[in-house]
Amino acid sequence: MTEAVPDYPFEQPDVLEPPREWAETRAACPVAHVRMPSGDVVGLLTGYDEVRGLLTDPRFSRNLDRKGAARMSTTEDGGMFSRPSLGQVDNKEGPGHRRWRRLISRAFTVKKMEAWRPRVQEMADALVDDMAAKGAPADLRAALALPLPVQVICALLGAPSEDQDKFARWSETLLTLTRYTQAEVDDAQREFHAYASDLVERKRAEPGDDLLSELTQISDSEDGRLSHDELISTAVGLLLAGHETTSNMILKMTAMLLSERERYGAVLADPGLVPGVVEEALRMDANGGAGIPRFITEDTEVGGVPVGAGSTLFVNLPAANRDGRKFPEPDRFDPRRENNAQHLSFGAGPHFCVGQTLARVELQVVLGTFVRRLPELRLRDAPDALRIREGVAAGGFEDMWVTW
Amino acid sequence: MKITVDEGLCCGSGLCVVRADQVFDQREEDGIVVVLDDTPPTRHHDAVREAATVCPTGAISLTE
Repeated sequence: MTEAVPDYPFEQPDVLEPPREWAETRAACPVAHVRMPSGDVVGLLTGYDEVRGLLTDPRFSRNLDRKGAARMSTTEDGGMFSRPSLGQVDNKEGPGHRRWRRLISRAFTVKKMEAWRPRVQEMADALVDDMAAKGAPADLRAALALPLPVQVICALLGAPSEDQDKFARWSETLLTLTRYTQAEVDDAQREFHAYASDLVERKRAEPGDDLLSELTQISDSEDGRLSHDELISTAVGLLLAGHETTSNMILKMTAMLLSERERYGAVLADPGLVPGVVEEALRMDANGGAGIPRFITEDTEVGGVPVGAGSTLFVNLPAANRDGRKFPEPDRFDPRRENNAQHLSFGAGPHFCVGQTLARVELQVVLGTFVRRLPELRLRDAPDALRIREGVAAGGFEDMWVTW
Repeated sequence: MKITVDEGLCCGSGLCVVRADQVFDQREEDGIVVVLDDTPPTRHHDAVREAATVCPTGAISLTE
């Protein structure tokens, strides 16, 4: 008798509560079988050691644009991990990825990001000024959570933030699981690519003090470190990644604090808790996306379970973050937890989120600003009224109305 | 305590710099780890152990 393969992603009881299948799956087997929206069956990892172990194993790649790999989304192309890049792009895995990663890492060092902190603070203050001037209630997504990361990544790259509605629409479409059609994805990809190409041309004509101008000069020098197509794909990738995830996380962190008000009270009473609260919110995120894949190129073992070459595995980062073997009482929110920065929300291994220092700065600035300026911040509606943005790999909320 | 790092594994996260900026830094051109003091004084040992633990690629090794 074959056991029914459950559909994935699992349904959440509400936006702040994890699906019960995470704990069940973790307890049952290190590698569970689940069915992706595409219909393909993959192995799912939910334990901390197994997830970290797989992500740091250099033998296995996240690139699903290969024969035999599982597809994730309902679009014919299989979704963001199997969608081929436009043009000659070799930055997805192996030495090509390493070359590319080292080029862009220069923009995201701890020193550079700390130097950005005052600018991020100014942007956050200006947005909160606007929100306060318009008066309560406000949709925090439209007032702050979306525009702040967009303004930051645009300033860093040298892109005009007035175009934020375009990036937001294209990004959401490219992250589809079930929400958009292949034709819509193709249009979004083409338009986003054309937009980035145009932007690069402007940087070439009139270089500024920004990452894209710097990368344009490296690409033009033709020293082999960055092709023109890679430059375009980098611009698209950073514009997309730079706002989707951070924007969602600002809202999720805020919801976690305001739905259990003593959590917000604790950080109001002791603003020194801001970094710990940010880490714990990242760890407790129950809506952290559909997962990250690895294509298994040679027979291996995960937690003692044999996994054959040609399999596709997905790791569920938020499930790993609630593994009680790593984080005792994993469902308890504790900003003083000594190892809470060891969560896997930014991944692990060679593809560890390149923008995580920036994301942490943004989240710390936002929370610090709330604590200083909006001690009466509250959700307008009951937490169970928050609507998850369905059918998109990045998750997040449709909107979030607050008063203060 | 003696610190060794594997530059080939390093992904330039800078998490070690956040933990122990007296001991670790990043190269400006590519973010790769630079060890400022590979036999740090005792007062930095806890922070260095934490840095080795949080390193996303396991690029920091310690012998004590």
